[in-house]
Amino acid sequence: METAKIVENVAFNILKQAVIYLPEDVKQALKKAYAEETSETGKTQLKAILDNIELAEKYQAPVCQDTGTIIFYVKAGAKAKDLDKIEEALINATRRATKEVPLRPNSVDPFTQKNSGDNTGRYIPFLHWEIVPGDSLELTVMTKGGGSENVCVTGMLVPGEGIKGLKKFVVDAVISAGAKPCPPNILGVAIGGGADIAMKLAKKTLLKPLNEPNQDPEIAKLEKEIFEAANMTGIGPMGLGGKTTVLGVHVDYAFRHPASFPAAVAFNCWAARRASARINADGTVEYLTRKIKW
Amino acid sequence: MAVYKFKTPISEEEIRKLKVNDVLYVTGTIVTARDQAHGRALDYFKQGKPLPINLEGLAVFHCGPVVSKEGEKWIAVAAGPTTSTRMDIFEDEFIKNFKVRVVIGKGGMGKKTTDAMAKYGAVYGAFTGGAAILAARAIKNVKSVEWLDLGTPEAMWIFEVEEFGPLAVAIDSHGNNIFMDVQKKVEENKQKIYQKLGLLP
Repeated sequence: METAKIVENVAFNILKQAVIYLPEDVKQALKKAYAEETSETGKTQLKAILDNIELAEKYQAPVCQDTGTIIFYVKAGAKAKDLDKIEEALINATRRATKEVPLRPNSVDPFTQKNSGDNTGRYIPFLHWEIVPGDSLELTVMTKGGGSENVCVTGMLVPGEGIKGLKKFVVDAVISAGAKPCPPNILGVAIGGGADIAMKLAKKTLLKPLNEPNQDPEIAKLEKEIFEAANMTGIGPMGLGGKTTVLGVHVDYAFRHPASFPAAVAFNCWAARRASARINADGTVEYLTRKIKW
Repeated sequence: MAVYKFKTPISEEEIRKLKVNDVLYVTGTIVTARDQAHGRALDYFKQGKPLPINLEGLAVFHCGPVVSKEGEKWIAVAAGPTTSTRMDIFEDEFIKNFKVRVVIGKGGMGKKTTDAMAKYGAVYGAFTGGAAILAARAIKNVKSVEWLDLGTPEAMWIFEVEEFGPLAVAIDSHGNNIFMDVQKKVEENKQKIYQKLGLLP
């Protein structure tokens, strides 16, 4: 088969998989939260979430009706073939998934307010490219919900306040978001680089499994500290009160300009949808998040 | 925490029985409306034009469903709630003009809506955000769709539902609002968190 066709099929498969099956680490975190939640209303919400996850798998339907904005992360081996055909293949996969899964058409022209109807449009689906050694192609899709996107924040902090300033920035963001992003949430936090770079890293770090803390012990400690602080707010599942406000926190960083301390907090809802696959040069495919069942 | 099962049309007397933290299930007709359908409905009211459906005693659902069409028949595939706070700018007028008794959504609503619910007799039923299949299973029939020119998420979908819920009564018709109570507690907790993180002088 041609590379473009393989890419289209694989992208369709991971897109379908992402919206139906939550990754195992997210499911485990939700189960743990349900076991540990002490608020009665909070527990009811987590129960509904767990029931819903099962129903989605049973009926092969999207776990949430907001099937998100579609973002692909492509790790392209420098020696991989047909790299110029990948963008078109990903757009075709998006159109097909919208019709066949189905997905909700979530791509609207901001000037005319017209919905394109197929989840494509200017820059959408959005593609992040990374060139890596080798000849394989790794595709990851994130379908990013609008409710949690609406509370993402970027700020230019005061360098003199350092990491203390960052902690306050994140806690304030969680409190200001409140019930809106469908808590319990996953937080992607990043600093440095520039306003755009911090947000790009924050969002990308949402792709990391919840059971993988940062390899740098100091950063892992900061992740834990923010996690505990966010869960002290009392916002709880769906903002109805309780001790589960976030399921996990990932922190990433870039070096910063001496005068700047950019910080970004990307929120993901509990329906943290992502899926990856690797296409080898010989055309064989490995599904990395979960085996494909269809 | 009492459990209530109401059938539409729901009367003001029935709705006034509900208190925050009660659980409600709705059977009958619920109608979706998001930002654009709220705006259009209120415009119609101003112009004296009738809505496609009389909303009195019904539930309005903040939802943009995933739908598919089999032949001429629409199917609701996934239909969880959207964030209600965006509709805060419309909802008091909406409740006053159309006499809906239940507003279903997620994320809660503010003071203006809470006041209108107390004045005209309506409640806010919080449905678990993202629990789209749980919701879709309770939708027994897509009766019709109106205003499809707004796109499928923003159109007005008229659903026949059976025991749609559980809805946590988060705003009742007596001026109580769980979300505002939680917000107050969160503000109190904020100082404790700042202290723990060593952010206070």
